[in-house]
Amino acid sequence: MSVFKDAKHLFVFAGLFVLAFLVFLVVRHYVVPKSFGEYGHYRGAAIGEIAARPIKFAGHQTCETCHSDVLDVKSKGKHAHVNCEACHGALEKHADDPSAVTPVLPDTTVLCARCHTASAAKPKGFPQVVPADHSGGLACNTCHKPHSPEMDAGGAK
Amino acid sequence: MNISRRQILILLPAAAVAWKSVLAGTPEASPNYNMTDHWWGMLIDIPKCIGCGNCVRACQTENDVPDGYFRTWVERYHVTDENMVSPEVISPDGGKEGFPVAAEDAGKYFFVPKMCNQCADSPCTQVCPVGATFVSPDGAVLVDQKYCLGCAYCVQACPYGCRYIHPEKRVADKCTLCYHRITKGLTTACCEACPTGARQLVDFKNPNDPIHEFLKTHSVQVLKPQMATGAKAYYYGLDGSVR
Repeated sequence: MSVFKDAKHLFVFAGLFVLAFLVFLVVRHYVVPKSFGEYGHYRGAAIGEIAARPIKFAGHQTCETCHSDVLDVKSKGKHAHVNCEACHGALEKHADDPSAVTPVLPDTTVLCARCHTASAAKPKGFPQVVPADHSGGLACNTCHKPHSPEMDAGGAK
Repeated sequence: MNISRRQILILLPAAAVAWKSVLAGTPEASPNYNMTDHWWGMLIDIPKCIGCGNCVRACQTENDVPDGYFRTWVERYHVTDENMVSPEVISPDGGKEGFPVAAEDAGKYFFVPKMCNQCADSPCTQVCPVGATFVSPDGAVLVDQKYCLGCAYCVQACPYGCRYIHPEKRVADKCTLCYHRITKGLTTACCEACPTGARQLVDFKNPNDPIHEFLKTHSVQVLKPQMATGAKAYYYGLDGSVR
């Protein structure tokens, strides 16, 4: 066994190396999150965390479960494809507990103008008016029903 | 109570394991949602966009986007007769409060809503040094904000300028394609709020998705196709002057 004579210092280093590697493996096990690499080079649990964020817009399907009367009016008019929260704003809190949050009725002079103010930049087929000429400052819902905006003999509602 | 050294040696690791499982416990958000059944994207129908800014406001509300930062924004292009090559582009406050009225004049105008293109071969995820951003198995480009260092390599890498460093969290932030909504069976906040249907969520893996019919019968284009990003925001009616 003359080969290993005076080789103790080499074994000590080899042993230290193996020990350091084992320590690395143990530390790595605790430091790297469990789900890392589940789907790719990232923390798989992050997907669930992002999916768990709260929503603010309830979605028109939720609104329609209670407000079916509005849906009946709206689905027959020009605004059939405009979702409730496009005008009324995010109302998940109201859908969650109707008594907790009461939606504020939008001011039609501001709301309608956002889409329907005439501008050369807008698509030509889109209905547009110059509000001052069209109504002279009157609120849009004096004549139009926002949920079904075709002019109608009944006037405001 | 007397605890021997031996008991402590047994109890300590057990407590550590228990504590670890407490920390790891993340509530499963949508138990019936199967990632492998979906491949998400967006259809943007430019001729339908009226530049009202509803999408921008809805996105900021839904995702608590700080003022002055945008996960989606709207640009208005004006291609004039004098200069057909370089259009004038404006996007005041991201188009959040709409656009100034354009007087009737020559040239053509159109609005281009922009957002994360949810690239399948996304440059942003490839440069992340720590694996904090990734393409999910259902095709959404997401940021793991617990892992992100805020180095902003991804912000520089995105060819579409869709990322920013969140001013308070100091980590990368971007459009998640409302991942917390689409996994619950809802559409994105921008699509929900769009009054003209100019934005539509698309599930490329679901043959019953009504948008498939539109894609079959119309020519669509992506932004910067030469970058080969595998962008999944499909534009209908996209003008060649859009950058």
